[in-house]
Amino acid sequence: MEIFRGISVSPGVAIGEAVVLEAEEYRIPYRVVPACDVPQELERYLDAHKASILEIEEQSAHLRAHLGRDAANVFDWHVGVLKDESLNDHIAGLIKEKHAAAAYAVSTVMRSYQRRFMQMSDPLLVERIRDVQDIERRLLRHILGESREDLAHLSKPVILVAHDLTPTQTAQLSDTRVIGVALDAGAATSHTAILLQSWGRPGVIGLGDISTHLSGGDTVIIDSTNQLVIANPTEATLDEYRQREEAYSRFSHALDDFKDLPAVTRDDVPIALYSNIEFPYESRAGIAKGACGVGLYRTEFLFLRPEGAPSEDQQYVAYRDATLGVEGKPVTIRTFDLGADKYTQQRSYEQERNPMLGLRSIRYSLRNLDMFKVQLRAVLRASVHGDVQVMFPLINSLMEFRQAKMTLHDAMEDLEEEGIAVNRSIKIGIMVETPAAAIQIKEFCREVDFVSLGTNDLIQYTLAVDRGNERVSQYYISSHPAVLRIIRDVVRACQQAEVECSICGEMAGQPLYTMFLLGVGLRTLSMAPANIPEIKKLIRLVTVSHARRVARRTLGFDTDRQVSNYLRDEMRKLLPDDPI
Amino acid sequence: MCKDLAQARKEASGDVTVVNQQGFHARPVMRFVDTASLFRSSVQVVNTSRDGDSVDGKSAMHLMLLEATHGCKLRITTRGDDAQEACDALVALVASGFEEPS
Repeated sequence: MEIFRGISVSPGVAIGEAVVLEAEEYRIPYRVVPACDVPQELERYLDAHKASILEIEEQSAHLRAHLGRDAANVFDWHVGVLKDESLNDHIAGLIKEKHAAAAYAVSTVMRSYQRRFMQMSDPLLVERIRDVQDIERRLLRHILGESREDLAHLSKPVILVAHDLTPTQTAQLSDTRVIGVALDAGAATSHTAILLQSWGRPGVIGLGDISTHLSGGDTVIIDSTNQLVIANPTEATLDEYRQREEAYSRFSHALDDFKDLPAVTRDDVPIALYSNIEFPYESRAGIAKGACGVGLYRTEFLFLRPEGAPSEDQQYVAYRDATLGVEGKPVTIRTFDLGADKYTQQRSYEQERNPMLGLRSIRYSLRNLDMFKVQLRAVLRASVHGDVQVMFPLINSLMEFRQAKMTLHDAMEDLEEEGIAVNRSIKIGIMVETPAAAIQIKEFCREVDFVSLGTNDLIQYTLAVDRGNERVSQYYISSHPAVLRIIRDVVRACQQAEVECSICGEMAGQPLYTMFLLGVGLRTLSMAPANIPEIKKLIRLVTVSHARRVARRTLGFDTDRQVSNYLRDEMRKLLPDDPI
Repeated sequence: MCKDLAQARKEASGDVTVVNQQGFHARPVMRFVDTASLFRSSVQVVNTSRDGDSVDGKSAMHLMLLEATHGCKLRITTRGDDAQEACDALVALVASGFEEPS
């Protein structure tokens, strides 16, 4: 039995067999076979070759039916390469003449082509390396057989263990039979983590090197409530966790009972719970969980498509659908928060040395005004379908806000000149995500319609910790007294100026902070839909006067440790039976 | 179109410029391979703009390695009893921009 500690992204327990995704690439050792085994190796190659072609043809037929011809075209080239005689002769030659093992022959030949693509100057051609790797891996998978299964074709529920997942891979998890995830890399607020959270199943990340310790078929327990992963547990541990798993599923079913009850405190103060979404279809799902609208629509996820930047019409359709999904309730569309780990780094060939302090978010939008205007046009066109609000991320100065607002008004005028209807009085707000914005909150309150606390970035910039860097992620601490004081100050300034203030960072969905947030005066919380029932349950158990006392006490502590111990005790008092 | 170089050995050759914007990416490469494979003749292609090696025109991998981006000049050489037809068809295909918007 081995125990690994990491960071939990969503609560729960999952037990299953591991499927391990290789860290980066297959490493195939140099291996020759005795002369008598050459025909057998050759056959292994030919079988794998045939199976690979069949598999791709099936996949590309599926793609063609679901995503159209363009998406399938790439795979046509994969088939073309596999059917390429000069390539096959090369691989078969290595097996026949050099007595190379099939896997080694495939790997050697494919690597030599990858190196040639690497030397090319056209970035589109350099991208072909990925395709050649893909072909190589497919062949190797068929030659080596095994645990490296294709996620889309899993025959039973599994726990996925990997070094890291791309946001795209993560977004596809809901179509697979993966029931839990354990990753080496990651911080609680990375985009992969955000997507894992909306996926809603147990996940633990930041585990260091778990993917090198486990092999396919190992029994794995994900205990994300306690931020643990247990590999090859003893019978006793396994029994214990089977019971926990059952208790947890009873608990989450019980939470469903709260779905239709209002989020009001015991002393009758209504609290508005909103959902954070990445894709338009989630807006309706949030309503089903009891949300009163969308508090944060992360539009940059529109870029997670193989084609790249979305057109105005594509964006309009997405924003309109998200708006229609909430049936007249408010939808806050945040303009692209691109940069850093999101999209722009892959596009710019010269990577920034410090992307978290670089050209990201509103800075990127204001530097790419054409793209920004296209987005604002799409938002404005969607604004007539419901209660749409627009929110600018990472605003750091009044000048930035004014420039963004002016661009919005330009887009508005253009649309009106074209005779397209818009909501002229669309509400315009900002995210407070930097100490600068928090310090100048009074000035901002004179110009904005609303404010939303983006705690993920606010914590990272207040504590000077790159949240994506696993070497320092232990310094990313939500319960740091400085963070809590900034939140209190922003909420207070907004109250005095009578500007609506909400919170949409991860903290809003963490039960640990619910009392504190209510206590400092927040009445609007926006979170992943999956968190809504649990937060609502807590709200219904607490009184505002008690929450105020808790907040006052919390703000009196000197260290984060005292804060989190105290908040945990207070939460346990309210929910003694919950497996939180 | 293609010049008949030596009637006896049945060889033909033609020069053509890559006019489609994306050059020889996945789809054009496969169109080229599919067309070349309709003929019995062997097909060799050189990217004269990059003075690289001559590659097998029926190989999906080697055609991609040509680095035949927009504006590159290619020389297509075919050998076999249908060399002339093969050369004409392939030159026409590239010159048409693979029927993509150029």
